Amino acid sequence: MADEVKLFGMWASPYSRRVELALKLKGIPYEYIEEDLSNKSSLLLKYNPVHQKIPVLVHNGKSIPESLVILEYIDETWRNNPVLLPRDPYKRSIARFWAKFIDEKILITTRKVSFTTGKEQDQAMEELSEQLKLLENELKGKPYFAGEAIGYLDIVVANFLVFWFRNLQEALGINMFTKERFPIIFEWIEKVVAIDVVEVCRIPKERHLVYIRTRLEAIKSASK
Amino acid sequence: MGEIGENEEEVKLVGAWFSPYVHRVTWVLKLKGIQYEYVEEKINSKSSLLLDCNPVHKKVPVLLHHGKPIAESLFIIEYIDETWKQNPILPTDPYDRAMARYWAPYIDQMILEGSKRALYVEGEQLKKEIKKVSEAMEVLEGMLKGKKYFGGERLGFLDIAFGWIAIWLEAIDQVAGVRFLDSHKYPLIHKWKNKFREIDVVKDSLFPMEKLVCFFKKYSQYSKLKLSEATK
Repeated sequence: MADEVKLFGMWASPYSRRVELALKLKGIPYEYIEEDLSNKSSLLLKYNPVHQKIPVLVHNGKSIPESLVILEYIDETWRNNPVLLPRDPYKRSIARFWAKFIDEKILITTRKVSFTTGKEQDQAMEELSEQLKLLENELKGKPYFAGEAIGYLDIVVANFLVFWFRNLQEALGINMFTKERFPIIFEWIEKVVAIDVVEVCRIPKERHLVYIRTRLEAIKSASK
Repeated sequence: MGEIGENEEEVKLVGAWFSPYVHRVTWVLKLKGIQYEYVEEKINSKSSLLLDCNPVHKKVPVLLHHGKPIAESLFIIEYIDETWKQNPILPTDPYDRAMARYWAPYIDQMILEGSKRALYVEGEQLKKEIKKVSEAMEVLEGMLKGKKYFGGERLGFLDIAFGWIAIWLEAIDQVAGVRFLDSHKYPLIHKWKNKFREIDVVKDSLFPMEKLVCFFKKYSQYSKLKLSEATK
């Protein structure tokens, strides 16, 4: 019986893109369904009734929400190369830890950077810098976060930091994430973007800049 | 076991007596019969051991295996399950594993963190937290339909993850003056709670209610103070 794989996603979401990247790296054929988050489809509500969020992976009718959970599901179900999570349990726990750190702590800080100005924003950028330095430390002595080849944490960092955050900082008119300040991460970026499928999964920049600016404006004026 | 020198497995758990996140790890260690050393962390003065082991978050629990630190209770449990294969905790099927990984942190966020917030927020905020917790409790009740445990016939990862509800939630209810653990609204959770408390490895976690209530009263006062300082 052929596998039926569907992905409900959103073009500007780094969470959605990370699942696409995992599917493409493993060579898994899938149907992509673009969701309009302001008008969620009945299918999305059916497959993710509790959270009603993307991404949701539907594999032979069974739905799996939450991008990090989906990544592990993909790795355990399709065991071909590349193996996404490290085989060693300790290294796996480290990879999971940093992915959670990005999705929770770093995300909160980037929000502070986006919605504050002046001194408050400077402080938030300082905090973000420290967090990124911690992350950069994980790369020391390795070509990729996962080791010798691209893996789970590379997928998470690439989508969040490289594709999403770099556009965000440009839209905000700040420039804190630079090669000078994070030489190891930038060296890694060059390796990652050279991979075919990674480029294909990149959030289209110009469209993304417009999207970010529009959303920032909407949120700022809503809070006035 | 006549060897002189270090215990080959050397497992240490850094924790705090009141933390449900810590206890869920001890239940797994005990279920698997793993020998470990427990180190109690004092609340307000973080030891150098903790700061070395979890420099990023400075939180318990931290598991040390051969000196290597693992943080985040749910990740610690997965690590233990992957390293010591007896009495498996997580299901084997990838879809079931995905569901376990999805629900555990969701309930932590909604019910554990939500009910704790109900201890110190007020007015509209309090109403919001109560609503969130109640909705999540309903989801939990639904998950138990036709099942003995969340894991099915046997105890599983989700029972371990939700186990704190069988012990801590009643104390939170008392201090917050709410009834999250309503046995009429959630008869299946109530039944499960009593079964869970009967499990051998859980017995060491059964504190006298007064001790937990006293702890949460202090937590509530402390958090209210911090909140009012922050909003000045």
